[in-house]
Amino acid sequence: MAAYLIRRLWQMIPTLIGVVLLVFFLFKYFGGDPAEILGGMNATPAQIDVIRDQLGLNRPVWEQLAIFFKQIVSFEWGKSWATQESVASLFASRLPATLTVMVPILLLDVVLAIPFALLVAYVRGSLTDRSIMVLSTVALSISFLVYVIVGQYVFAFQLGWFPVQGWSDKLLTNLLVFTPLPVLLAVMVGLAPQTRLYRTFFLDEIGQDYVRTARAKGMTETTVLLKHVMRNAMIPILTNVAVALPGIFVGSFLIETFFSIPGLGREVLLAVNRSDYPVIQAVTIYIAVITMVVNLLTDVLYKLVDPRVVLK
Amino acid sequence: MSAVLNRPLAGVAPARNAGVWGAAWKRFRSDRVGVVALVIVGAFLLLVLAAGAGLVAKGWQVEAGVPNAPPTFLGPRASTDAAVDAVSTKQNIDLSDIDPLAPRYKEWDERAAKFQTTDTVKRETLAFGGDRLGRDVLAKAIKGAEVSIMVGVLSAVTAVLIGTVLGAFGGFFGGKVGDLLEWVYNVFTAIPGILLIFTFAAVLNRADAIIPKGIWTIVIILGFTGWTGIYRLVRAEFIKHSVREYVRSAEAIGASTMSRMFRHILPNVSHVVLVQLSVYVVGFIKAEVILSYLGLGVSVDQVSWGTMLAEAQGELILGYWWQLAAATLFMAVFVTAFSLFTDALRDALDPKLRGLE
Repeated sequence: MAAYLIRRLWQMIPTLIGVVLLVFFLFKYFGGDPAEILGGMNATPAQIDVIRDQLGLNRPVWEQLAIFFKQIVSFEWGKSWATQESVASLFASRLPATLTVMVPILLLDVVLAIPFALLVAYVRGSLTDRSIMVLSTVALSISFLVYVIVGQYVFAFQLGWFPVQGWSDKLLTNLLVFTPLPVLLAVMVGLAPQTRLYRTFFLDEIGQDYVRTARAKGMTETTVLLKHVMRNAMIPILTNVAVALPGIFVGSFLIETFFSIPGLGREVLLAVNRSDYPVIQAVTIYIAVITMVVNLLTDVLYKLVDPRVVLK
Repeated sequence: MSAVLNRPLAGVAPARNAGVWGAAWKRFRSDRVGVVALVIVGAFLLLVLAAGAGLVAKGWQVEAGVPNAPPTFLGPRASTDAAVDAVSTKQNIDLSDIDPLAPRYKEWDERAAKFQTTDTVKRETLAFGGDRLGRDVLAKAIKGAEVSIMVGVLSAVTAVLIGTVLGAFGGFFGGKVGDLLEWVYNVFTAIPGILLIFTFAAVLNRADAIIPKGIWTIVIILGFTGWTGIYRLVRAEFIKHSVREYVRSAEAIGASTMSRMFRHILPNVSHVVLVQLSVYVVGFIKAEVILSYLGLGVSVDQVSWGTMLAEAQGELILGYWWQLAAATLFMAVFVTAFSLFTDALRDALDPKLRGLE
């Protein structure tokens, strides 16, 4: 196990270097000139030259790349160009808000989709099954944006069940007052495709020989479904959750922008609109690291769920 | 042996085999849902072509109606001006003694009379309502369909081209080339998709010199970040096919590497490419809507379903729901039809997959 972990961590290094190179060269050769962005509209050429010198943009490319690497390893990204806030404190202050919204969404999505999918898979081919499938196809074709716009209008503006938008300093207030509406909307939209997907996982298992054997032994349908089918279907479900897991750190850009939640996603979007390069670069690279670590943890988790899995 | 089998029977015309595409078309035609979906998709494509050629929705920017004109079937809005008029019926007090500008009014009136002014009568209602400038929502939705579908199709084609070529090279050659491409793939998938799109958007926002304004920025962003899925599929197919006998036979008769890759193998995996292409079209149309709402989509002088929905948010609070309805309806019909068409296409091209989903 230890050898496996070390090898996997070792394999991450080339990918990570690739991510850093991609970000560096993308901004270096395709992005705008940082000195011009920092200098603003009215900067004189002399001023721009001074800024360029300060940023080290006049040095050879490999030297700039070395500085870039040093920044990443030492977590020294300097400050956001727009707000002068350090990138580290930006992460620390924005990530909690993102997690407050995204963790409930992910949990509810999975917890609700599993029983729904099992139910739909159990009655497969029936009218219920087919109408749910058709409904979810149609529901999926409407943009998430429409659900959010209409949901906010109906539930918050017309019915007044929730605040239209807002955020406070207290976690409990946020969880009880401000997150329910965004979470409700995201889960409502996410549930249909999730159920569709999990249904295929359950269908794959329900057709297996061991299910027939279990039934032949006289086991109740509940035992067959909840003990035998469910456990075997957990592997693809786990994979699917793992794919979605890194997303909770980025947050939903749309939800955070729409409901004015001060999370990481909204911050990145602001940074994109302000051409605030340090923030975008730092977020991209660290989120990539988090993604890779989460993927590794999932692979280890497989081993716990399914003893047949051999880590090699 | 084969000569015997191939000799046509006397009096019977040699029945020409329809080939794999003919067979697929036959299977497709038997799928009623798929055919209906194809007809709807075809109608939309005709609409896009007509809008592109300027035959329909040419005047989407004309402010034909009053601001937020309601749809015709709702009737005109109750006039709110009547109450104001009733109050101001009293005679205005003559101020010309103390008004310092009074001596010049006549001169200005004469000068103004030299110019022809025509009052355009703005319509009270429009067929499907108007937006906040009084532009026809129906025309906007049609023009928006053109932009949104163009973005979806062009970025899907870009992504599929990149993914197919890289996947073909990675799968066919393996070894060093394969490892290099796998590395690139790992790098692109290590960054969550939406974040990658934002990084590209941040860079391309400032790259006006390289890319012309308009839909091309978003096409490039979506195309260059979305190729990883099809790369993986095509690579797997090429690994499978590159050792098959027909490819080795082609090599034996002297077919070049490129010929083996793109003339022999590619047609055999083209069903994978085609299905993935249409999966991408749907995905990218949805992505364009979100990006346009976030302000990273098409430029402000264009209209897409995304920009319509972005405008609709503010209108809905005021009770003007028709722009939201028009954009949603157009998008829902097209995307549903295209999704069903994709499913039917998949079933027709790859009967092995039928019933899996």
